[in-house]
Amino acid sequence: MELGSVQDQSASTFSLTDEDHTLANSLRFTLNQDPRVTFCGYSIPHPSDARVNIRVQTTGDPASEVFKDSCQDLMLICQHVRSTFDHAVTNFKN
Amino acid sequence: MAKTENIQYSGAYASMGVDNSLRLDQFRSNFKVEVMRLNEDDMEFDMIGIDPSIANAFRRILIAELPTMAIEKVLIANNTSVIQDEVLAHRLGLIPIKVDPRLFDYMSENDVPNEKNTIVFKLHVRCERGDARLTEKRRLTGMTIFTEVVVLIFNWLVTEWYFKMAMACYAVTSDELKWLPNGSEFLLATENSASNSTSRPKTYTSFSCSQDSLPQFSKNPITLKHPDIIIAKLGLGQEIELEAHAVKGMGKTHAKWSPVATAWYRMLPEAVLLQEIQDEKATELVQKCPTKVFDIEDVGKGKKRATVGRPRDCTLCRECIRGEGWENYVALRRVKDHLI
Repeated sequence: MELGSVQDQSASTFSLTDEDHTLANSLRFTLNQDPRVTFCGYSIPHPSDARVNIRVQTTGDPASEVFKDSCQDLMLICQHVRSTFDHAVTNFKN
Repeated sequence: MAKTENIQYSGAYASMGVDNSLRLDQFRSNFKVEVMRLNEDDMEFDMIGIDPSIANAFRRILIAELPTMAIEKVLIANNTSVIQDEVLAHRLGLIPIKVDPRLFDYMSENDVPNEKNTIVFKLHVRCERGDARLTEKRRLTGMTIFTEVVVLIFNWLVTEWYFKMAMACYAVTSDELKWLPNGSEFLLATENSASNSTSRPKTYTSFSCSQDSLPQFSKNPITLKHPDIIIAKLGLGQEIELEAHAVKGMGKTHAKWSPVATAWYRMLPEAVLLQEIQDEKATELVQKCPTKVFDIEDVGKGKKRATVGRPRDCTLCRECIRGEGWENYVALRRVKDHLI
């Protein structure tokens, strides 16, 4: 769910259900590494609700695009970690 | 004192003209994984070049979101032991089962238990006379010979007659749980028992085929990981008869479904010698550290110098900076992107 304004596409808050620090902290990290982002952070409104609010403010680009790009980046990072890990384990076993 | 966060903002160094933004290729070329130790039950490895937030996400996923099989429903037919039903069911749920959870599906509220989502175990034990698996051992105390002999005879009488009759104990271990590949054996109480049933009588699970016949299980039967876990202890004449159904779940719902005992990470500690340390100070430094992190290196001319030999063993106990003025010689920090 995205909350933003129609006029200003570059700043909005994304509210994700059924998530917690596991995803939110890593997303915040990849968002920070993007040079188009001026501000990003996440908060958990209440620990009993499994809901995360991620705030993104960019230098002009639409925030949803930037958010999607950083999700893609996170996926690629994880895939790379997985393949490196598999190689390391097979090397260790031999 | 030990700074552990990174400067993550991509524009943080913009005024200095340094580009701090992450590019995937840079990450790919720098990232390394080294495995230190790999057994069946535990593993230690290093990740170099990754940020702690992603490593923490992996740790959280390991603990909470990997599926396993664990006993969820326990159908108790007879329990005359001193362990209450619910305590027994709780203990059964925590027993680890040696099976690959990827071979099974999740079971939701509306599903019927069938061979694709349930494993059925049976436990039927009874403690009979003469079955004493646990007996106490008496120790001889320093009394006179006569009293010792009397005590011995008394103990023998007690052990043979009274003890065996009343206080025999039978420890139910987890290898008593037998896997039933054909499903549940307890019959469902149906309303119309007068109807002629040409098919098999209905049980609590509807297995359409025996799990034994599935290719994955025909050679490796499903067992428990540790056959020597004590589930309960029975006195004489007590009996437990129950059936346990195991389903797939995640650690998020209940800790019995967590596949790891625990998972943690730490950053590599780094001990930096700010100044050259020589001779007596060097030997003193080497003796101070309880985990022997520092080493002595001989640099020609009979002089000794201290170096950091094994930073991995450092527990950051700060012994080496305890005395006066030592803080100028040694600085303890953590390497920010080397995770163990």
